Amino acid sequence: MATLSSTPTMLNLASKASKLLSKRLFSTTKVATAKQMTVRDALNSALDEEMEKDERVFILGEEVALYDGAYKVTRGLWKKYGDKRVIDTPITEMGFAGVAVGAAMAGLKPVCEFMTFNFAMQAIDQIINSAGKTFYMSAGRVNVPIVFRGPNGAAAGVGAQHSQCYGAWYAHCPGLKVISPYTSEDARGLLKAAIRDPDPVVFLENELLYGVQYPISDEVLSKDFVLPIGKAKIERPGKHITIVAHSKAVETSLEAAKELAGKGIEVEVINLRSLRPLDFNTITASVVKTNHLISVEQGWPTCGIGAEILARIMESEAFYHLDQPAIRVTGVDTPMPYTKSLEGAALPQVADVVKAAKKLMKVK
Amino acid sequence: MALSKNVCVLFKRCFQNKLSFKYLSTHSQPPIFPGAKAEWTQKLEFTGTHSYSPLPIYQVLDQQGQIIDASEDPKLNSNILEKMYKDMTLLNVLDKILYESQRQGRISFYMTNYGEEAAHIGSAAALTTNDVVYGQYREVGVLLWRGFTLPELMNQCYGNAEDKGKGRQMPVHYGSKNLNFVTISSPLTTQMPQAAGAAYALKGKNRVVICYFGEGAASEGDAHAALNFAATLDCPVIFFCRNNGYAISTPANEQYRGDGIGGRGPGYGINTLRVDGNDPLAVYNATRKAKEYAITESKPVLIEAMTYRVGHHSTSDDSSAYRSKEEVDHWSTNQNPVNRFRMYLQNNNLWNDELEKKWLAEARKNVISAFEEAEKRPKPNWSEMFKDVYETMPDYLVKQMESMQKHVEQYKEHYPVKNYSK
Repeated sequence: MATLSSTPTMLNLASKASKLLSKRLFSTTKVATAKQMTVRDALNSALDEEMEKDERVFILGEEVALYDGAYKVTRGLWKKYGDKRVIDTPITEMGFAGVAVGAAMAGLKPVCEFMTFNFAMQAIDQIINSAGKTFYMSAGRVNVPIVFRGPNGAAAGVGAQHSQCYGAWYAHCPGLKVISPYTSEDARGLLKAAIRDPDPVVFLENELLYGVQYPISDEVLSKDFVLPIGKAKIERPGKHITIVAHSKAVETSLEAAKELAGKGIEVEVINLRSLRPLDFNTITASVVKTNHLISVEQGWPTCGIGAEILARIMESEAFYHLDQPAIRVTGVDTPMPYTKSLEGAALPQVADVVKAAKKLMKVK
Repeated sequence: MALSKNVCVLFKRCFQNKLSFKYLSTHSQPPIFPGAKAEWTQKLEFTGTHSYSPLPIYQVLDQQGQIIDASEDPKLNSNILEKMYKDMTLLNVLDKILYESQRQGRISFYMTNYGEEAAHIGSAAALTTNDVVYGQYREVGVLLWRGFTLPELMNQCYGNAEDKGKGRQMPVHYGSKNLNFVTISSPLTTQMPQAAGAAYALKGKNRVVICYFGEGAASEGDAHAALNFAATLDCPVIFFCRNNGYAISTPANEQYRGDGIGGRGPGYGINTLRVDGNDPLAVYNATRKAKEYAITESKPVLIEAMTYRVGHHSTSDDSSAYRSKEEVDHWSTNQNPVNRFRMYLQNNNLWNDELEKKWLAEARKNVISAFEEAEKRPKPNWSEMFKDVYETMPDYLVKQMESMQKHVEQYKEHYPVKNYSK
């Protein structure tokens, strides 16, 4: 039974989006011919196009120019646009975040790169108290169109101070928009939307996804392509359980969904894309259909994105549609261990999601 | 409260001088602003880098290892000089093996110290182990000087059961409570205000805190806070800037526009020394003078050691993307601090080719043996993963740990328990 049902499921998924497929279904012509793009290139092309389109857009941060960015996201942009629009700064996060806020107040559209969001902690006052609140405090007279972007969440082997998710931190704050993309399509469409947006946007990338290729359509490659901020995407439809995730946790959820499909459990995987505003309508519509909810995230459990989603469900009509208490699958409540084995264990794994799903469905 | 007190003092002073506001003349009386002690001027002109000469760079040894001015010779005894040289060269041997081991995937990360050997050892030799060190991450020489052993270094890089940090930090995040070396923290410049705080706590105890940082780190806001607090709180701390020309790929000329980092010292009211960081005796003299002053006056000192980062920033960096091979070669051959010090020792018959050969072979052997031992050692006991998030383990963690204990005991044949220390 399991083997029989898994084949059509995998083929069905092939038309969707998964880097796993290119590895496993190497003989499938559909996948072989589909265009692929890494998340890094998706971000790079989005920056390039928006800089070309709008003279006011410029990039600043540590090593973004000559060195092409610590993770090479800004590759080639300094060569193309020069010192005026791609600016290497001294190592002062609070300084260049503040410069970005000032430039935005004066009418420019800065894209402020943090080498990682761990270092953005140095600039948190500028991000929250200045960028996030100026529009409100100026009674709507001064808007601050900035994108704060960089890698967020767990990386690999860099220990407690370099490996954590700030999704919940920023999502907590009114005045900010917070995006956490998963695929190349998300990265392209949402970064372009973020740059065009009149408000400050915190754009949380994932270091481990930069080099991953995802299928990408001609529509997504169009210069006019943008995705709406605040709208989630159903990555995989299903009728038994709703799984809500963002960034790399979407990958974990999709892999779990595939495994569960082999056991007859059809999971609907929602890729949140935006953490603020949160697309609650998509979540409730799904929960009303499936009657079961799991949230998956790499961040810590306390006051996390999952905690927020579960609380909102509790406060809504959708609560009455749940057959079982909802479950959060999160990163473990500990500073990130450096040790490789423990680092893996501190992050949600496919097996954790599968286990949660089986618990909900009361199957072994 | 403080403001009104100051204002009262000013008023009082005016009246004591028998002045009424009506007759107060700015031409005849010196300024009494609380914010600056200065004279009046009628000439409107900018004060800038053109107004002063750049701080000179203090040197003891010339490039050939000769003492330039005999009165500046610290006259260190031969044992000290030999230990200085051995630690500088040991640092090179250590870096070579650990850098290569990272390339082979045996450790996850490494940072070399090439080019900055004299800055580490010269400053370390001028202090005692009782003095507290706040490092940035490229100060292994200081640890070697203080007696941090090769096994201790290797155990940290491998994060094995013998690592005092229990394998919780990335390689090179060394620390040693016994040696008063505060564990390295990854985020940049956090050590500077902390060093000011530690020095504040150690005031009057005949100890000094030394805080190492790079010219890039000096751009963080923390650096400003640290210097200003140390000055206003009279903290006995030596801020030791290793100005090595590059912050990863950012060259010093994009990092700041003034007279280096030393040029900022007087602006904070901090006595400052600029020293040739590739001259171990100059660094030694500067650090010794700084310590004496910091302790007797209970005040901070800023030392800017001018040097050059010969290696890549870390194993995550390839510096050929932003500097030429010729530039690096110039520094590693013509301006090499190790060569210069070796010439000095040879000039004084304290070292020769034979000793060099013997010592390097011994150093290599010791490093490799410590390295191999560390690689073989088991990992920390699994129960360590529950510990140290809080001083007292919360009940929910105690329960988890006990439950795991039972579980592992019952199913030990399914777990690689032999890889972990008992």
